Amino acid sequence: MKRLYADLHLCPSLKDSEQVESMIEKASELGYGLIAMSLPSNVSEEKIQQLRNICKENKVEFASRADLKPQTSKELLNSLRKIRRKFEIIAVMCESKHVARQAAKDRRVDLLNFPSTGFRKRFFDKAEAELASNSLASFEIDVKPLLTLEGPARIRLLSSLRREVAIAKAFHVPIVISSGASSELLMRKPRELAALASLFDLDKVSAIEAVSKNPLAIIKRNREKLSPNFVAPGIRIIRGGKDC
Amino acid sequence: MLKRMRRRYLALKIDSNETFSSREFMDAVWNAVLKLYGEYGASRSGLTLIDYDAEKGLAVIRTMHTTVEMVRAALASITKIRDKPAAIHVLTVSGTIRALYKKIKQ
Repeated sequence: MKRLYADLHLCPSLKDSEQVESMIEKASELGYGLIAMSLPSNVSEEKIQQLRNICKENKVEFASRADLKPQTSKELLNSLRKIRRKFEIIAVMCESKHVARQAAKDRRVDLLNFPSTGFRKRFFDKAEAELASNSLASFEIDVKPLLTLEGPARIRLLSSLRREVAIAKAFHVPIVISSGASSELLMRKPRELAALASLFDLDKVSAIEAVSKNPLAIIKRNREKLSPNFVAPGIRIIRGGKDC
Repeated sequence: MLKRMRRRYLALKIDSNETFSSREFMDAVWNAVLKLYGEYGASRSGLTLIDYDAEKGLAVIRTMHTTVEMVRAALASITKIRDKPAAIHVLTVSGTIRALYKKIKQ
């Protein structure tokens, strides 16, 4: 069976509908079967449906994603309470240690992301990985900074990623590689993203899983949870009515 | 006994609004390999340009089979050619030129 690839982090400017359409077309051309776009938390249901339709025309599945950038853990909890049921993916940009720890232990958070240039703000250590592995949160790596940064900044980023990937593997935290692309020219094929992962010592099999199996598992789990028939993990309503 | 060198041919698509000469294209490829893997890595890659079509934005390059993933990563890291925004995508990889062209035609 043909492998399905997913890019969970496309960041086009939503106001520019031409750019949105061209990026969706490009994703389909590059071989993705599923994409997720970063949407504002107050996005309307119509807008999401419109994006879903454009994706359907291009034979790509669409998943809605919200990126949270809370300053405090309380702010994170409030945002999660408000928007969790509205989006299929919730990613948290962890800019402080308190937020990072809270995000890692909260089962409503799907992806943990860390600033690519603030090297003192990358809090993915052993404690963080242990919390994340218990709550099923995944560690997300955006490839865009690897393409745009140069010289010492890229060297430092690669060195941090190498350490973090080793920790994630040791604690069985799923790794998700996304493009983080804001334009067509920053989008790459899934195999190219996997090849770039070799720069931070992620083996080929794990890298391919990071662009296919791991992101798809998140989507599958969340779609099941968001379905009206969901009761609890492993329990769902099969039939309702008087004859039950 | 000397081991036979196994090579791989890569068909590439250059994604840009501009057209580039083969020299500019290969400079960008070599620079990307040098930046990521240094002179030692670049020397192991055995990169050679086989075919280039500036109008269609297509290129065929050859490398050692051991360095295919390395070259793939270097190509993916290219964001500019001659200071103009560009991206290079690998269309297909093959062990012989004949099979490569056959695959492209399909």
